[in-house]
Amino acid sequence: MKKPLVAYVVGFILSVVLTLLAYLTVTSHAFSAPVTITLILSFAVVQLYVQLIFFLHLGTESRPRWRLVALAFGVLVVAIVVFGSLWIMDNLNYNMMHSPDKMQQYIDKQGGF
Amino acid sequence: MEAENALQARNEKTLLGFWVYLMTDVVLFATLFATYMVVRNGTNGGPAGADIFNLQFVLVETMLLLVSSFTSGLMAVAARKGDIAQAIWWLIITFTLGASFLGLELQEFSKLISENNSWQHSAFLSAFFTLVGTHGLHILFGLLWSVVLFAQLVKKGLTNNVTRRLSLFGMFWHFLDVIWIFIFTIVYLMGVVS
Amino acid sequence: MFGRLSLDALPHDLITIGGAVTMLGGALLVVAALTFFKRWKWLFKEWLTSLDPKKIGVMYLIVAAIMLLRGVGDALLMRTQQALASDASGILTSDHFQQIFSAHGTIMIFFVAMGVIFGLFNLIVPLQIGSRDVAFPFLNSVSFWLFVVGFGLVNLSLMVGEFSAAGWLAYPPLSELQYSPGVGVDYWIWSLQIAGVGSLLSGINFFVTILKMRAPGMTLMKMPIFIWSVLGSVVLIMFAFPILTATLGMLSLDRLIGAHFFTTDAGGNAMMYINLIWAWGHPEVYILILPAFGIFSEVVATFSRKRLFGYTSMVWAIAAITFLSFTVWLHHFFTMGAGANVNAFFGIMTMVIAIPTGVKVFNWLFTMYRGRVKFATPMLWFMGFIVTFTLGGLAGVLMSVPAIDFQVHNSLFLVAHFHTMIIGGVLFGAFAGFTYWFPKFTGFKLNERIGRYAFWSWLTGFLLAFVPLYILGFMGATRRLDHYDASMGWQGLFAVAGVGVLFIGLGVALQLLQIGYSVWKRNENRVQGDPWDGRTLEWAVSSPPPEYNFAVIPEVTERDAFWAMKQSKVKQESFKGTLMVPKNSLLGLVIAVFAFMIGFGIVWHMFWMAGIGLVGVIVCVIIRISADETERALVVDTLAEAEGSK
Repeated sequence: MKKPLVAYVVGFILSVVLTLLAYLTVTSHAFSAPVTITLILSFAVVQLYVQLIFFLHLGTESRPRWRLVALAFGVLVVAIVVFGSLWIMDNLNYNMMHSPDKMQQYIDKQGGF
Repeated sequence: MEAENALQARNEKTLLGFWVYLMTDVVLFATLFATYMVVRNGTNGGPAGADIFNLQFVLVETMLLLVSSFTSGLMAVAARKGDIAQAIWWLIITFTLGASFLGLELQEFSKLISENNSWQHSAFLSAFFTLVGTHGLHILFGLLWSVVLFAQLVKKGLTNNVTRRLSLFGMFWHFLDVIWIFIFTIVYLMGVVS
Repeated sequence: MFGRLSLDALPHDLITIGGAVTMLGGALLVVAALTFFKRWKWLFKEWLTSLDPKKIGVMYLIVAAIMLLRGVGDALLMRTQQALASDASGILTSDHFQQIFSAHGTIMIFFVAMGVIFGLFNLIVPLQIGSRDVAFPFLNSVSFWLFVVGFGLVNLSLMVGEFSAAGWLAYPPLSELQYSPGVGVDYWIWSLQIAGVGSLLSGINFFVTILKMRAPGMTLMKMPIFIWSVLGSVVLIMFAFPILTATLGMLSLDRLIGAHFFTTDAGGNAMMYINLIWAWGHPEVYILILPAFGIFSEVVATFSRKRLFGYTSMVWAIAAITFLSFTVWLHHFFTMGAGANVNAFFGIMTMVIAIPTGVKVFNWLFTMYRGRVKFATPMLWFMGFIVTFTLGGLAGVLMSVPAIDFQVHNSLFLVAHFHTMIIGGVLFGAFAGFTYWFPKFTGFKLNERIGRYAFWSWLTGFLLAFVPLYILGFMGATRRLDHYDASMGWQGLFAVAGVGVLFIGLGVALQLLQIGYSVWKRNENRVQGDPWDGRTLEWAVSSPPPEYNFAVIPEVTERDAFWAMKQSKVKQESFKGTLMVPKNSLLGLVIAVFAFMIGFGIVWHMFWMAGIGLVGVIVCVIIRISADETERALVVDTLAEAEGSK
């Protein structure tokens, strides 16, 4: 970014557009739920990139690019912890979080403990 | 020359350190996001997101914060040019927009509490108040910090230390808007969709 | 005004009173000594307000040592209880026993192990990278004093109130208000929350220090392996501790304001706590072991008189372990019910993470091969480590198979495994590091003979205390039992374990004796900068090092920088001039006092105190971020100093 002011203006306009797009995608009810969710998550990720580059000047660091490395590792950890937790908890809930009635049904079917 | 190098080294260290601190804050928020997503169906017979979220209201909040992130950038541009008056001006605007955002959020929270929808009623509400509230708390600390910076700008002008601190604040403020993108999307928008 | 604090909070039973009296007595003795020898001003100026990482490092080690005494004391009580309680009630009530094992684990992990780690980081990292200081000296001080607040809260719980009886990780629902309404869990939460902030800040500090403050010419691949291991450890600290902060925060919200994150009703999910706490907890154990591995790399190379074998593979192993630490956490709760697919994935990842550790073991052994090995005390600790850690690690790989883990989860087999890792790995590493680097910071060597006795006592004690536990685990003994049926036939093995702890106690006593004796005989054991014919830069400066470490920052051209300097007979430049060093600051301690008020206030529901504490912390931070003159000029004349020390 040769002119820092340009970066902020472009970043701002793009962010506003992406925010409105996400908002309208939901309020217009134009798509099914899974499609809507995919779209708004994509808009969020794109806006993340926009703000990282235009507001936080990612990539303009002189080498070695430690900030980029730290961000990459951070994103990796976040992905592992968040998606890992969702996968784990989904499985745990399915296996372990039955209502008392369902539990009783299951126990009876197995013929007691 | 040596003194200049030492100053640059000092600034680089602090900027990297603060950036890395922000990365740790990302992990903190990620934990709260993960928990929110795990328990958000735990509504305990009470309201879910679609019942309590007002998207127009949240859109206004979002725009306020986004504009304040932009104006904090304009503050950085002014500081780089050495224009103290402009830097102060944009700092004040950023503060005002941020404070308005927080005011609206407090309004939203009070309404929920008065309607008997506080965090005490379900895991969903606990997670909602905590995730959004932690972001709000960060905003509050940012506002307090900007007041301190305002005082320093007025008193000392754009010294090396003050300029560096303004950069740190700018990083922090942008980061809070980045987190808000995800709160807006995952909490509010997704809450209404399902 | 006093919240839920009342005179009832003082201890009622003899053992607790004994512990409290011992602690208070020790504290009073220190105060008395300082007063008698008129050293308050010295303490204030040289230690409490110092931002010198060498001083801060020593203070971390002192706190860790005190906590080691308490942790071993807890162990003695537990072993006694379990040796006696065969169809009997032993010497402790159930509630007391539960508080003891909770305190034991909390103290050992958070205050002994983390204290040793941060102590060594502070002492060694700046010197080994050729730097004068850490990146953020004031933050360093804050980190230490927050650590002390955590230490204070845990120890205060012995005297005022009670500690948590929910284990060292406080699983809900037991740790929720319904089943733990007292102050114990709150003490646990806030002690860790506050110390945890200190740890996180230290992680950031050393990360930036290593990346930005290395001596010119010291590229990443020329750093000592200890520094690489520290880098791995602090990366883990930075990205894992926020998970702990958030999780403890959510538990405290459940307890304080009626939230429902982990409650059994209103949609809460206690399993999420276990998932999150281990997402932190597994990286935590690698945070502890990586620096120990690093220490051994230094010790083995130095005492084999040979450069470390396989430097590049060591670096890759550290990187692999660092990344993989985040992919195995579910192995701590295979039995919670996530099912075969999930368990299989995490089981495989757990097996994979054993591989880079194996690489390191081979590299150390290959370093020794054809070296001129000298079995000084640090090397003995390495030999003890290599045997115990490898065997205990195999037990870990055994448990990485979910089907096997279902048999031994939460049994004494597990307890034996992780104690082998932490004692055989972290603690032996700490002792190796302590005996290795002691002369650098004091200017005299530790007595070798007593050191050997201490080592053999520890090793014997460790084997006697924990091999029976492996066996008991297979026999079906679960962890945290305060009594059992005589028909189980376990008492004999528990008795052997009890004897083991006595040997460990003897080992500790010998270590204290070693220090005392060596101090007494220090004039006969004085050393210069390089007592071991070392390879890395810390040996290039005097023993003890000057405040500024290096008057002239060295130029590095290869690995084992100091060895290279010695080979090429590079002469140390002399220096005469001024150097900028950080000014002393009381603010770190003051922030900690306010943080203590936050913690203590919340624990006892004295919210006015917590409020004052919060405001105090904020005001102190504002003061510091408005301060511009934070350094002072130090006049240095290395030639004059060298003359003076002769």
